[in-house]
Amino acid sequence: MERIFDAEFALGHMNYWLFVILMMTGLYIVVARGNLLKKIVGLNLFQVAVFMLYISMGKIAGGTAPILIDNPDQLYSNPLPHVLILTAIVVGVATTSLGLALIVRINETYGTIEEDEVLEIDHQMYAAEVAEMNKNKPVKTDAA
Amino acid sequence: MELTVTLLLFFALVGTAVAIALVRNLFAVVMLSGVTSLLSALLFIVMDAVDVAFTEAAVGAGISSVLMLGTIALTARHEKAPKRISLVPLAVVSLTGMVLIYGTLDMPNFGAKDSPVQTHVGPDYLQRTPEEIKVPNIVTAVLASFRSWDTLGEVTVVFTAGLGVILLLSGLGRRRRRGRGPS
Repeated sequence: MERIFDAEFALGHMNYWLFVILMMTGLYIVVARGNLLKKIVGLNLFQVAVFMLYISMGKIAGGTAPILIDNPDQLYSNPLPHVLILTAIVVGVATTSLGLALIVRINETYGTIEEDEVLEIDHQMYAAEVAEMNKNKPVKTDAA
Repeated sequence: MELTVTLLLFFALVGTAVAIALVRNLFAVVMLSGVTSLLSALLFIVMDAVDVAFTEAAVGAGISSVLMLGTIALTARHEKAPKRISLVPLAVVSLTGMVLIYGTLDMPNFGAKDSPVQTHVGPDYLQRTPEEIKVPNIVTAVLASFRSWDTLGEVTVVFTAGLGVILLLSGLGRRRRRGRGPS
């Protein structure tokens, strides 16, 4: 902390900060938007930002894609983050499809894909159940 | 030059993300999410991850968009306007973002050759691939040979997810017809 602003440090870390901004945009969509499909899209944005953070760690300045060429002095970027993220992308689309199937199922049962409307219907159903139970109670005590 | 391209792509990406948050037409949201995938694939190419880039373009812009279009065809086309606007999510997100940025301060510079990521198994794979696997693309060699257990795990996850989707959606058409059936 000898200097307040270090240009090399800022340039070297700017990528990470940009990815954090993108990640937080995705998180905001997940938290603040009530539409379930939009939440899934927000989750995908968050996911892509995590992937970028990971890939950016494997980058070597002056390196190239890790596909071997004849030049023995060629620098290659680290292939391991690429492999891990490749797997993560495929798993990501699998979870997305599961989420979308859940949305279709929720729409079938509730007739809506807005979070607050689903909650409202849930509350109404619960209130109706409680009212039903209270109606039955005095009858039971009389019989006893 | 590379920095300019990165910045340009990145700001286009954030612009698309903000548009996704604001647009209410779900068809537009799905298309914008495809645009995001394409832009991020370009960013992956800038960062030397060509295999990741084409997977992202095929899976993110292709399959995901198709799945989402199917979902909006079965559910709704428009998002309803929120009843109340709260500042709590914005505060939570800003706080989380600040904590994450604080966490990046200890990380090595972008593109550093001597960071811990570059000094363990990565160079080892680069060295051993030409002798042991004999394919030029190292990502393929690691994915299918050195770490094929990971890939088997991935296939298991995809299989389980597919099973879940089938269980959730089986009988959807039958139930729909019964609901609308002759009464």
